[in-house]
Amino acid sequence: MSYFDLADRPLRELNAALHALPVDTNDTHWNVENPAGRHAIACGLTVPITVDLKGHVGYYCAGMNKDADVTIRGNAGVGVAENMMSGRVTVKGDASQSAGASGRGGLLVIEGNAAARCGISMKGIDIVVKGSVGPMSAFMAQKGNLVVFGDAGEALGDSLYEARLFVRGTVASLGADCVETTMGDDDRAALAAVLDEAGLADPGDFRLYASARSLYHFKVDNLDAY
Amino acid sequence: MCGIVGLFAKSPSLEAHVGALTAQMLAVMGDRGPDSAGFAVYGADTGRLKLTLRSPDAAARDGALAALAARFGEVRPVRRDTHIVVSVPERDEIAARALLAESGVAVVGAGRRMELYKEVGRPEAVAAAFDLPAMAGTHAVGHTRMATESAVTTRGAHPFSTGPDQCLVHNGSLSNHNGVRRMLVREGIAFETENDSEVAAGYLTFRMREGASLEEALTAALADLDGFYTFLVGTRTGFAVLRDPIACKPAVMAETDDYVAFGSEFRALAGLPGIEDAHLFEPEPGRVYAWERPE
Repeated sequence: MSYFDLADRPLRELNAALHALPVDTNDTHWNVENPAGRHAIACGLTVPITVDLKGHVGYYCAGMNKDADVTIRGNAGVGVAENMMSGRVTVKGDASQSAGASGRGGLLVIEGNAAARCGISMKGIDIVVKGSVGPMSAFMAQKGNLVVFGDAGEALGDSLYEARLFVRGTVASLGADCVETTMGDDDRAALAAVLDEAGLADPGDFRLYASARSLYHFKVDNLDAY
Repeated sequence: MCGIVGLFAKSPSLEAHVGALTAQMLAVMGDRGPDSAGFAVYGADTGRLKLTLRSPDAAARDGALAALAARFGEVRPVRRDTHIVVSVPERDEIAARALLAESGVAVVGAGRRMELYKEVGRPEAVAAAFDLPAMAGTHAVGHTRMATESAVTTRGAHPFSTGPDQCLVHNGSLSNHNGVRRMLVREGIAFETENDSEVAAGYLTFRMREGASLEEALTAALADLDGFYTFLVGTRTGFAVLRDPIACKPAVMAETDDYVAFGSEFRALAGLPGIEDAHLFEPEPGRVYAWERPE
């Protein structure tokens, strides 16, 4: 187990050490003290290690993550796990705006609430929020699953493509082209898989919101424009 | 970008440290705005009107002081770098301002409690030049600027003050400030710059002059000001925050039994006493948060 105190040593040293690890490293667990809201902690990891951050973090923590399992024992700033490729990121507290933005894979679990634009432009990531999400969440989301145990703010799923949005609480309003729809077997299976991966039980009363697919399909009425 | 910070003491034991903590928060936010910095501190009420004067010209400052002393007697000057805080009886405000207009020094702030300082430079240097760490007060707001809407000048630095004991710092940019400024000028609000943030300050001054509380003035601003903003506002007894309805600009707050603190990023709050047990939250978009203390 490696121990790194950001009160004593610079963040660049930590990130450089994490980036230098070979894929078969034996140095598989890292405890990091005193993150103190610093930005870009544990970004761009590419090896299957666990990183435990003991406190609040700033912007873009665990961004571009691949294979690593990063836990934040506090709140996360803007863009936690943005563009994640695989692996897992857990936020024990709340997450700021744009959590999981443009993520392509992996699992992001937020145990508190997420602020505005959670899952914006998500492209395959699965995001589980045990609290509520703010306005404009899953804006232009393309692929993946957003599972919200609490409520969703205004304009959920605006200009949505093919992501699934499961919300248990109330939805303040739906964005353009986002509609509530009936859960099919594949939707149920997707929800079960995400919750299983997150280690959470399904309370059984999620509702599914998805794209009406009227915005991104070409309409023959618009032929004159070309 | 820009960084804003603020601290509102709920317990008297914190008041002696308000300047030091504000300086520390401002310095951390220097990465968000290294062009210029400024702050307002709400100190003791002496029953007189404090005027914060600014001029880069030492001779002009001395001349202004001499003129004030000749007219009003003792004005209790406190010199800090390019600024001087003087105090005059409240009834003499108009006469004092007329004298100062002739002397070539700018009045950057006025009020019974507020002192306001701003200058070009990195925030830690600006805070040190004015000895912010030694200042005491009930609340303070600060700003580090990355200029977008007007030049990097002391006049363009925040906070902006357009009314007695009122000041505002802003992260963002407004899109309808010219129209709002024209309306406010018709209503008799005076502006020193072409800056969009000064218009926001003037708008709140106008609303409060018409009888609105700070909270009501900010609620009205939601309808009348268009653009990106996180505002942090100080009045003689109040401290308030408003973010635009889509929360374009960041904001984090911490509240304990001893204080309410604001930072553009959590990093600014990380060094505050008792932060480990503080209630941390992001102010919601389009919602007014306001705190008041007794006079």
